[in-house]
Amino acid sequence: MKRLFLSISVIFLFLASCKKDSPATFNSNVNGPLSVEFDNVVGTTADLKLNNSSYYINANGDSLKVTKLKYYVSNFIFTKVDGSTYTIPQDSSYHLIIEGDSATYDPEFSLPEGEYSKVCFVLGVDSLRNTMDVSKRTGDLDVTDSAVSDMYWSWNSGYIFYKLEGTSPQVPSMGMMGKTFMYHIGLFGGKTSPTINNIKTVTLDLSQRGNAQVKAGKETNIHLMVDVLKMFSGNTTISIAAHPMVVSDAYSATIANNLVGMFRHDHTEN
Amino acid sequence: MFIKHWIVIVFLIAGIYACNKETVTQFIGFQKPSNFPSPEYHFSTNEVTEAGFALGKKLFYDQSLSANNTISCASCHIQTAAFVHPGHSVSHGIYDKLGTRNAPPIMNLAWSKSFMWDGGIFDLDLQPIAPISNHVEMGNSMSNVLTTVKKSTTYPAMFQKAFGTTEITSAQLLKAISQFMVMCISSHSKYDSVMRKEGASFTPTEQAGYVLFQQKCANCHQEPLFTDQSFRSNGLSVNAINDEGHFAISLDSSNRYQFKVPSLRNSSYTAPYMHDGRFFSISEVLDFYNSGVSNTLNLDTTLKKNGRLGIAISPDEKQKLMSFLKTLDDRSFLLDKKLAND
Repeated sequence: MKRLFLSISVIFLFLASCKKDSPATFNSNVNGPLSVEFDNVVGTTADLKLNNSSYYINANGDSLKVTKLKYYVSNFIFTKVDGSTYTIPQDSSYHLIIEGDSATYDPEFSLPEGEYSKVCFVLGVDSLRNTMDVSKRTGDLDVTDSAVSDMYWSWNSGYIFYKLEGTSPQVPSMGMMGKTFMYHIGLFGGKTSPTINNIKTVTLDLSQRGNAQVKAGKETNIHLMVDVLKMFSGNTTISIAAHPMVVSDAYSATIANNLVGMFRHDHTEN
Repeated sequence: MFIKHWIVIVFLIAGIYACNKETVTQFIGFQKPSNFPSPEYHFSTNEVTEAGFALGKKLFYDQSLSANNTISCASCHIQTAAFVHPGHSVSHGIYDKLGTRNAPPIMNLAWSKSFMWDGGIFDLDLQPIAPISNHVEMGNSMSNVLTTVKKSTTYPAMFQKAFGTTEITSAQLLKAISQFMVMCISSHSKYDSVMRKEGASFTPTEQAGYVLFQQKCANCHQEPLFTDQSFRSNGLSVNAINDEGHFAISLDSSNRYQFKVPSLRNSSYTAPYMHDGRFFSISEVLDFYNSGVSNTLNLDTTLKKNGRLGIAISPDEKQKLMSFLKTLDDRSFLLDKKLAND
């Protein structure tokens, strides 16, 4: 009994010390760690599962199972409550999120201590990096990395920003492809000849569900929900039957416009 | 008679001596021919060095870059055919799978603004990724290639020599291949010799052909590269696979059926012609421009002038044009040992 009491008090003490920590003073000359979690979900509640046993239903009423989901997030900018911003150095700002590989879910950053109320990032790879010298294509941009190679169009130089593949009974039968759908969204605007620009910027306000208190020696995590079904709704409702395969074509712009709506801030772990 | 023989022998010895000397002379990097414009390639981020060029050449000729060790870059880009795949409308790659377009030459690429018939690639360094990873060409992945190279007994030392580090990166691999490709310069045709006033002169027929060429062809096949590098629809009937060319890249309808204007250099060695290799002789090509042009979507305006489709070429003019085109052949490029497999 005494032991129990002791452990309870230790827990309380611990909780109290945690609480005391949050309204701390920040030293903006010191950096602290911050991770942003990309939690791929279906609708408002279910965690996305690859090859799920039952079908997910999108806004168009289509049934689908997901076999692959990968996307680039890059060029992170964090805004403090006082309005000042911090841009993550570009060379460490490219992250490929791969559903099924949990090591990719939480890109980590180092930024000055402070209270941050806004995060802004690019869904995809900016045009400048898309046209940079090969020596600048390292880490998640290195096409010799097997996880990266299927996110790069060798025949139409440029990274694929977002890739969703799966199966749906609504897909019209297409020979060898069977009932599979494929959405490969890329195109950065072109270098030698202009193309569609499908680069999208996502800006999320954190203040409603918890600002990020970044402090050295303490882990802070901004938890985002990424609703894969929102790709099919938002600006335009996408019919899988009408558009089972969108790669490098004009309709990619319609899908790209829906992608921004997939991201919402759920909570922050300070 | 005796003196003549003697002279020949002296020349032969001098020639042999000169050849021998050549093998020990210092490596000369990229040099712009005096009648060529400034190159497009970014030498500032990839200077051609002897070790880098040697590495690039080895990679270019190496079949282990393909998934099953059967196809190298050189399989479809054969030096003795000005680095095209002679006689093949489209090439057969891994497991004899067929591609959809005619293999273009590895020639004067340092001056290219874009690559491929449709212009889908804008940097020479990014070009090799396409054939390496295309499932009907080399059928491999860049990550496999890097693994192969790292495991090899010869490559690591060559990378070290070329780039000064033991780490082998994709950027180094691609830049080495670029170093080889930019050195594939064809600038020693009779035409070049005439233009550079090195002693050669056109025959009257060639000269007449040159004049005709300037009137009828030079609008697209601009000197001295013999291409203006633009994308144009030249009135070829749409092929069986409905290849829409540059449209696949730009997604702009005005680019449907446009393909890059190819160079006319070394055309004697690079048959068949057009993006799908449908014509097997220059004669057929000229006949096509004279009477075979169809009014396809986006047909180039230069091919529908004076109330007719195509370009009027009389039989006499055709002979003269063909005679001029032959002055663009550069056998020394085909036989250059520096570019050949060691």
